[in-house]
Amino acid sequence: MAMPQRTTLSPTRTTRRTFYDRDVQAVFWQVVVVGLVVGVGWFLVHNTLVNLESRNIQTGYHFLWRESGFDISEFMIPYSAASTYARALVVGLLNTLRVAIIGVALATVLGIFVGIGTLSQNWLLARITMGYIHLLRNIPVLLQIILWYTILINDRFLPNPRQAEPLLGTYLTQRGLYFPLPEGHVAWLAAAGAFVAALVLAWLLDRWTTARQLRTGRRLPVFWLNLILIIALPGLAWFLLGAPTEMSMPELRGFNLAGGGHVSPEFVAVLFGLTIYTSAFIGEIVRSGILSVSKGQVEAARALGLKEGMILRNVTLPQALRVIIPPLTSQYLNLTKNSSLSVAVGYPDLVSVAGTAMNQTGQAIEGVSIIMIVYLTLSLSTAALMNWYNKRRQLVER
Amino acid sequence: MLAPNPVPTTALDWARARLFNSWLNSILTLVLVAAFALLLPKLIGWAVIDAVFTNDPTACRAAKGACWGFIVEKFRLIMFGTYPYAEQWRPLVTVLMLLTLIGMTMNLKLWGRALWTGWLIGVAAMWILMRGGVFGLSYVGTERWGGLPLTLILSVNGIVLSFPLAILLALGRRSDLPAIKSICVVFIELVRGVPLITVLFMATLMIPLFLPQGITIDQLLRAQIAFILFAAAYEAEVVRGGLQAMPRGQYEAADALGLSYWKKMGLVILPQSLRLVIPPMVNTFIGFFKDTSLVVIVGMFDLLGAVRLASGDPQWRPFYVEGLVFAALIYFCFCYTMAEYSRRLERRLDRSR
Repeated sequence: MAMPQRTTLSPTRTTRRTFYDRDVQAVFWQVVVVGLVVGVGWFLVHNTLVNLESRNIQTGYHFLWRESGFDISEFMIPYSAASTYARALVVGLLNTLRVAIIGVALATVLGIFVGIGTLSQNWLLARITMGYIHLLRNIPVLLQIILWYTILINDRFLPNPRQAEPLLGTYLTQRGLYFPLPEGHVAWLAAAGAFVAALVLAWLLDRWTTARQLRTGRRLPVFWLNLILIIALPGLAWFLLGAPTEMSMPELRGFNLAGGGHVSPEFVAVLFGLTIYTSAFIGEIVRSGILSVSKGQVEAARALGLKEGMILRNVTLPQALRVIIPPLTSQYLNLTKNSSLSVAVGYPDLVSVAGTAMNQTGQAIEGVSIIMIVYLTLSLSTAALMNWYNKRRQLVER
Repeated sequence: MLAPNPVPTTALDWARARLFNSWLNSILTLVLVAAFALLLPKLIGWAVIDAVFTNDPTACRAAKGACWGFIVEKFRLIMFGTYPYAEQWRPLVTVLMLLTLIGMTMNLKLWGRALWTGWLIGVAAMWILMRGGVFGLSYVGTERWGGLPLTLILSVNGIVLSFPLAILLALGRRSDLPAIKSICVVFIELVRGVPLITVLFMATLMIPLFLPQGITIDQLLRAQIAFILFAAAYEAEVVRGGLQAMPRGQYEAADALGLSYWKKMGLVILPQSLRLVIPPMVNTFIGFFKDTSLVVIVGMFDLLGAVRLASGDPQWRPFYVEGLVFAALIYFCFCYTMAEYSRRLERRLDRSR
């Protein structure tokens, strides 16, 4: 196979084209390759159709509207064995998104701490965080997930619900984590709403302060104002609506704990595995990002009399982020894709639900295609979002 | 953040400079030391002092600590899976041979025709040794292969065989020919956009559907194909990075000499750009080596799968954790060695530039 590149110097004098002409070769090889791909593709499709026919499997997505007949242990929208396959897949997708989003958030926070820790002047901290990165990057994430799960459900390490001792009303047992949750009251909802509102207000205030500073040269203590805003606004909403303090506590009923909130050991194992594994990679990315900012930048900022906090926020971080964001994006994508390993410990994510559906219906092609389309959409949209953010952060060169 | 440190002279000076140079750092040091003092004795107690090292399940159940006896008892099963017991010297020789080849390849000075021939012979010998059926070796079906040899076979074969494909894909993606370029882009992005497990599912569930009736491929080969395609897409992007890093002048000089496309790439561009990407390529290999553990999910018994198999024995079921820790240690040794090698190489290549 040859792939000649067309050069800009195409022969002008030729009126009769020979086979060795670059343009002719280009067309020839493209036709050959496309022909090969189409041929192989047709061969596979043909075989598949013949095979499906002989096995009496109907192609198509009709099975999605049939009753699934299997139970799923965790669901965020109402679901039962009487629901359709389509609904089962949506439940799986939501479970994937739940573990991926929480995992991304936690891995980022943990990774930033670890990354900054490796650059600490404190010898002990730098050593420990480096050890953390080296150890956890080099053990397969699947093994880590299975290891966490095995520890979490093993009675050598955790008690069963009947013997568990509460710590602040929280029970860590073989059947998962049980924790107190505020009793349903409109005040909590209002507080949550107020929190979101406070975040938006804080953002607006920050923008306004910056604009004001550019105009007048004076700056409000915006950090403290925002902190007060974010704490006080939800607190006020909660207080005004009656300040409810009743909590729903987990209690032993029969053989199990009931009441309060509960997360399953499967979820915790997947979350721990993904978060810890990815945080080691993020730590390394943050470390090299900060190291990439030249020393002169910090020294120049210091010479201008900026405070250390301002140097970090306004000089080091914006430049480091430029280096950090592209590899960080691929780590987020990796975490999302690795969440498909949930299937190994029985957390009902998309892949594991689709796997059950494929086993029941024999619709392997449809099942795999659904998984692929969903992950491709997630990957491409995350990549697009991060590219957009990255572009905004890019150096604007004159 | 970057206050000038005094040059440490004595241990006390050193501690003052590195551990107690500000009140914040002093608190941090104390907290860390306290955490260590609290956790380390517990960990050592579990792993060493209260642990059982003999293969006695009743003693293990009675003990408070770890049960390393599980690994003593199941060592051969964990290392070699269900390969016939009397024939296990064959996977052992295979592992040693592969490790020797990998070790030699890590020394860049040995790169040359002799080493590549060694690899070809090695890969062929590996199949003959493991599979048998010739030279008086008894036949052992691939479904009985397992443990560390399977992990190494999957990753070595995957890496070696995906590499040529990766180079073609990378060249295709950089090509001016629109049809070839789009085929390569679609393949690379499609494979990189989905989790490996779906590619493996596809290989195990769908390859049987893709083939004409009457032709079957065994499970190992199907997984191997999935790994080759998956690895090729990731490696192609690394190779592309190297191609892009080449200065334009190199391409233009090769064109000026009138070299054909393949001569230009094979003699001028690839030798230089592949050298540039050795460190990231090793990192891709590490990721790939770790990823072979996913074959557990499609029911094969690589190192991780063999541990799972060993803990299926009801007597030893509670001690799966110890088996996993042991497997983690093996994976760590391999990956850390490669990572350290890649780092050292990177530093050397940086210096030689």
